[in-house]
Amino acid sequence: MTQDTQTQDTDNPIQMPPERLLQVENLVKHFPITQGIFFRKQIAAVQAVSGISFHIDRGETFGIVGESGCGKSTTARCVLRLLEPTSGKVLYRAESSDGSSGSHEIIDIASANKAELRRLRREMQIVFQDPYASLNPRMTVASIIAEPLVVHGIGDTADRIERVKELLKVVGLNPEHTNRYPHEFSGGQRQRIGVARALALNPAFMVLDEPVSALDVSIQAQVLNLMGDLQDEFGLTYLFIAHDLSVVRHVCDRVGVMYLGRMAEVADRDTLYERPMHPYTHALMSAVPIPDPTIERNRRRIILEGDIPSPINPPTGCRFNTRCPRAEFPRCSEEIPALKEVEPDHWVACHFPEVKQVV
Amino acid sequence: MSEPLLQVSNLRTFFTTEEGIVRAVDGLSFTIHKGEKFGVVGESGSGKSVTALSIMRLIEAPAGEIVTGEIHFKGQDLLRLGDEEMRKIRGAQIAMIFQDPMTALNPVYTIGNQLVETIMLHQEVRKSQAVDIGIQALDDVHIPNPKVRMDDYPHQLSGGMRQRVMIAMGLSCNPDLLIADEPTTALDVTTQAQILHLMLELTEERDTAVMLITHDLGVVAGFCDNIQVMYAGRLAERGTTDFIFDNTFHPYTAGLLGSMTRLDEVREERLYSIRGAPPSLINPSNGCRFTPRCDFAQDICGSKTPLPREFGDGHWAACHFAPDLDLSRVKRAERVG
Repeated sequence: MTQDTQTQDTDNPIQMPPERLLQVENLVKHFPITQGIFFRKQIAAVQAVSGISFHIDRGETFGIVGESGCGKSTTARCVLRLLEPTSGKVLYRAESSDGSSGSHEIIDIASANKAELRRLRREMQIVFQDPYASLNPRMTVASIIAEPLVVHGIGDTADRIERVKELLKVVGLNPEHTNRYPHEFSGGQRQRIGVARALALNPAFMVLDEPVSALDVSIQAQVLNLMGDLQDEFGLTYLFIAHDLSVVRHVCDRVGVMYLGRMAEVADRDTLYERPMHPYTHALMSAVPIPDPTIERNRRRIILEGDIPSPINPPTGCRFNTRCPRAEFPRCSEEIPALKEVEPDHWVACHFPEVKQVV
Repeated sequence: MSEPLLQVSNLRTFFTTEEGIVRAVDGLSFTIHKGEKFGVVGESGSGKSVTALSIMRLIEAPAGEIVTGEIHFKGQDLLRLGDEEMRKIRGAQIAMIFQDPMTALNPVYTIGNQLVETIMLHQEVRKSQAVDIGIQALDDVHIPNPKVRMDDYPHQLSGGMRQRVMIAMGLSCNPDLLIADEPTTALDVTTQAQILHLMLELTEERDTAVMLITHDLGVVAGFCDNIQVMYAGRLAERGTTDFIFDNTFHPYTAGLLGSMTRLDEVREERLYSIRGAPPSLINPSNGCRFTPRCDFAQDICGSKTPLPREFGDGHWAACHFAPDLDLSRVKRAERVG
């Protein structure tokens, strides 16, 4: 991957539909497990992401849901190339480098060189889950939010302070608080600081990695509302990583469900929640508690057996076959189900897909 | 409702810190009946865990102190018991399971070792019998190959399995009350469903009362008979699960319900959001502690503390204007104003 720094094949430009901002093709990420101190040899690999594809259109929110270990955060990090993908393409429509407005070029993030990445980093940002760990406790709010501006050499000190104040206002914090430290803020406020930092460079694309999971319910709503407002105001495109299916339903336009490194089902929001077809999606949705005692009492829950298998040695065939209530053998344990379009814009990776109402 | 099992009255638990005295639980009273599934809901800092630790008498001195109150359990006041007597109750008659099973289990001892220790501490049995009881307890929580698993160390088990072990340990002495403090918060949803299902099955079978502490209203909806909503160390509202969800009288409960995203519906563009953040519990202001965040607050709210009042059928609310507020717009619609 890394030796290939040639990104733009000028003879054969990469094509994407005009509305598309990001297109991930067959992304793979394996983490090697090595043994020995001097001659580290690879003995196995954690197959965190095993060939997933999806796309995000400009201005939309694409959600990836799944349980811990399904590879959703690894996917997000590969998309931003905070991790080196093992293989696959991450095509991104970047602002053209000649600066002319409205012109774009498509860059494969997975094989972009340093200079290209540096330029792309201004357009792509990330908000992390833990507002306690993602802010340096020894930096003031001003220096945290201004850091991206400093890194990219934008403006002088006075300009940056102005920008920081403006950003604090945008995310609903007091612009006078520039000289405070992170510990002086509550969890929700810290998350707003993280959002302000991500906005500093006017990005087009933001990865939100579980941005509200660490927050209390009443604060979650504030931050979710803020993310929605910012999207409307700045025309942002979001990749929203979450484990909470209720939050995803509220926030996302299209949703992909991941299980053990593969995409199980991808559809637009309403289709996925009203007509889910993958047995894993069924189980996942039926497990989510609904704050309504009457509904809860009458719901039929699909209780999955056992735990998620290890990604070091994942099941053959369909990775869900060991826990699937609908699995038929030997097909499900031998043949990998492809992600197929079973109805318009509804993609399912299952040999026996079936619509089931679980909500 | 059957006979009362646990009666907490006017509990105050304070912590002394450098900044001042934190009034973590500040005048709380409630009753849990035999076999009841009692939910305690609230955000971080609302005092739910401190309430549980006070019942278990696990408040760490000298920083923490139960200042006033009575905790009657099966007729005796736990706050008047000596350490030795309390030790006999803890684990045997009131058991507790925690949010993070990795820190609750000792990493250097096997599962079996820890189970047998608990059992031998509280039951008059020989070691070989304790081992059999332990294996049975693991089998009850549906851990496959319980005999083999007895020799496993906690790190060899997944999060869900570890929580099963905690439940096995908690129920191994047949307690009358199981306090579960956010037992599924650290788990994935499918595992959460397994664990809640298991807890309900086992405690119904044995008629064990459960005090389920959680921040998730969805979890209590399916599990609990009664719910107590706490805010800033005090009671906001208490009642049957159905009543709280359908007819809440308190603006805070309504706000919580309104700010939740739901799996089964697409909500208005914006969620209702309770503005601001929970107050500091050091020198809290007078009056209702929810005042600065409440859309319905009036002058009296900032000066006079609303005492919990009963509105029939065990429904209690601590709000000056209960039951007269129209909370429907908060519970269901987009934010107004």
